[in-house]
Amino acid sequence: MGKKFAQTGTTAVALAMKQINPDVVAAYPITPQTAIVQDFALFVANGEVDTELITVESEHSAMSACVGASAAGARVMTATSSNGLAFMWEVLYIASGLRLPIVMVDVNRALSGPINIHCDHSDSMGARDSGWIQIFSETSQDAYDNVIQAVRIAEHKDVMLPVMVMMDGFIISHGIDMFEILEDDQVKKFIGEYKPGFALLNPGKPVTMGAFDLFDYYFEHKRQQAEGMENARQVIVEISKRYSDLSGRKQELYRGYYLDDAEIAVVALGSSAGTIRDVVDEMRAEGHKVGLMSPRVYRPFPNVDYAEALKNKLVVGVLDRSDSFGGNGGPLYTELRSALYEYEKRPKIIDRIYGLGGRDFKAEDARSYLDELMEIAGGKKQYSAVSYLGVRE
Amino acid sequence: MATLKELTKKEARFTCGHRMCPGCGAPIIFRQVLLAIDEPVIVGVATGCLEVSTTIFPFTSWNIPYIHNAFENAASTISGAETAYRAFVKKGKIKDKIHFMAVGGDGASYDIGLQMISGAFERGHDMVYVCYDNGAYMNTGIQRSSATPYCANTTTSPVGTLVPGKLQKKKDLTKIFAAHNIPYVAQASPSHWKDLMDKVKKAFDAEGPAFLNVISPCPLGWRCDQSETIALAKEAVTSCFWPLYEVENGKYRITYKPREKTPVADWLKKQGRFAHLFKPGNEHLLEEIQAYVDAEWEQLQKLAEL
Amino acid sequence: MSMFDVNKKHGWKDIPIGGIIPEGGTATKYKTGEWRTERPVWDKEKCSQCMLCFIFCPDNSIEVKDEKMVGIDYEHCKGCGICAKECPRAAICMETDPKYSE
Repeated sequence: MGKKFAQTGTTAVALAMKQINPDVVAAYPITPQTAIVQDFALFVANGEVDTELITVESEHSAMSACVGASAAGARVMTATSSNGLAFMWEVLYIASGLRLPIVMVDVNRALSGPINIHCDHSDSMGARDSGWIQIFSETSQDAYDNVIQAVRIAEHKDVMLPVMVMMDGFIISHGIDMFEILEDDQVKKFIGEYKPGFALLNPGKPVTMGAFDLFDYYFEHKRQQAEGMENARQVIVEISKRYSDLSGRKQELYRGYYLDDAEIAVVALGSSAGTIRDVVDEMRAEGHKVGLMSPRVYRPFPNVDYAEALKNKLVVGVLDRSDSFGGNGGPLYTELRSALYEYEKRPKIIDRIYGLGGRDFKAEDARSYLDELMEIAGGKKQYSAVSYLGVRE
Repeated sequence: MATLKELTKKEARFTCGHRMCPGCGAPIIFRQVLLAIDEPVIVGVATGCLEVSTTIFPFTSWNIPYIHNAFENAASTISGAETAYRAFVKKGKIKDKIHFMAVGGDGASYDIGLQMISGAFERGHDMVYVCYDNGAYMNTGIQRSSATPYCANTTTSPVGTLVPGKLQKKKDLTKIFAAHNIPYVAQASPSHWKDLMDKVKKAFDAEGPAFLNVISPCPLGWRCDQSETIALAKEAVTSCFWPLYEVENGKYRITYKPREKTPVADWLKKQGRFAHLFKPGNEHLLEEIQAYVDAEWEQLQKLAEL
Repeated sequence: MSMFDVNKKHGWKDIPIGGIIPEGGTATKYKTGEWRTERPVWDKEKCSQCMLCFIFCPDNSIEVKDEKMVGIDYEHCKGCGICAKECPRAAICMETDPKYSE
């Protein structure tokens, strides 16, 4: 029976990191990630972990040091948000290109400019092509669970790719919620030991990592990387199953709430799912067949699983907490739309960009969206396929 | 310190078969560096001539563990590797002494990677950073860096009718890192191989960060013959343009005092990148350069007396 | 099936992941000697075995056995001429590489 906490999301993540006890953590502070590293630094100072903590002088150096430590053969973790993630952008691609199983928590925060420190998903969406596995957390409990699973997923020999675990900035990171943690030795046993195929800390077998590829080999190395990401689909399912058995908490690719028989479905990443669930309850009581899908895995994007879950709906309303300017919709919408394209009979699918820069998403906003989706299902012809929810005109 | 003959018996940890230009200073430097110590070394190299030419997949000249990350972050990358090593030693997973070396050209070290080296040094990692200073972004086509000497002709500080090449003086990176109060900082030259190798040994023996700044003539960028590399490095030293000194725990010491201080203009004349300085009307620039070198040399001698 | 045969390009399934080169010093298999236009010629009689050419050669192409210079690695020597210039006994001279004469 695990210990229960009523604490912040950052505490949940810090506790997960403590139990994982990585060899090296290299991190730089940025709101709203700061408490994770502060908590962890105290664990280090009190000898509660064996981790060597490098308090680097920028996020670019944080990820660079993580690359160096991981290449050396160590188990490595870090955390960041927003512009911190943006600053380490080139190194993200290098980490995944060099096939280093680094685990990072990205506390979702809007990208500057203008500067905003509150929640939206623009930071991690900007990194969706970087070759990192991306897993979203709805709650602090999810964040704790996902971080532990991330270690196993990243280090799997058929994957060997870095993983970023997201949680909503301030809403989850700083909000107090209940969560339960596993026993220390349960985590230790679950993650096992990191056994890299190649490592720098082996002078008897000198390797060159990060060689210079000309046009004759780069493509092949990228193809291998794509294969790792493809293998991750099955690996994520397997690790999730093992963790579900261990924790008693079901780890799925997505959470469906009244989804199976719904005619109208809303799809949302992150904490907004909680708000929407209340509205679904309210509308179901009124007799409306509405439902919610909250995806957990974003990369590799489970196009088949997500499309199968949505294919029979009349209308799907996506909520994107980030925009892709000029992209004709936010990332979640465009990827779901593409996944559904294959089906002869497919739902109408629309997108609402919402919650940018921490703009509050209230139950009444969810209700107004669902009401509109119902009107569209009922035959309303005049509506925007893509527009903004919650912005003042 | 081993004799040259003894050094010939060592295994080559930096091999032939790399694609650096004929006569390039950098491979000479790194052959000497890796011959100077015997313990295992793990190296991280910044993007640049050395990295690109020595690791074209699947050919590597490095017979030691090597990592390339990006352009500015060799120091951060090696910080991470060195920390992983300390973590493993603490856990009893590794017992042998392993050294850590980060390498960058002047572009990577004086400019884009300055912050990273400063951060790594401030944190006190036990590592050596070696800068091979050829005075420009040579790998991308001879563009100016803050290490480019005053009046040098580069593609982004070209000599034109209005401007005689680079207008700024060369940044003094060695003194910047001496000001970080790290255990060991030094300037060296491949022409004075024994001095260089002694410094390499001191740098690796130092407990904590060490910085070596090594002049690396580039026949293509300096516009000289490919056979002149060592001769030009030597004359950079004897003209006191590139004095050989060390700062050990804050104490300055000049490790080579030229018997005869040669005129800077003689050194400049041998390089095509300074050819414009010898046209009539530019005498004042030559005087300015000589005065500047003299003043710096005076100041260095005073620092050594402290 | 050697990874280092310049004439054979391998598929993505046959090479290590991540751009890793799994052994050291594989560049020795690449013959940079082809670059030369001039080559150094060593006069054994004049040589004092000072080893300066050895320490100044960018391409590790001065062959030494049992602490004695025995020749030049023409498979890798790029003909830069540093050895000839630095030799205190003029025991090395640069000549046009045979592949260019006649």
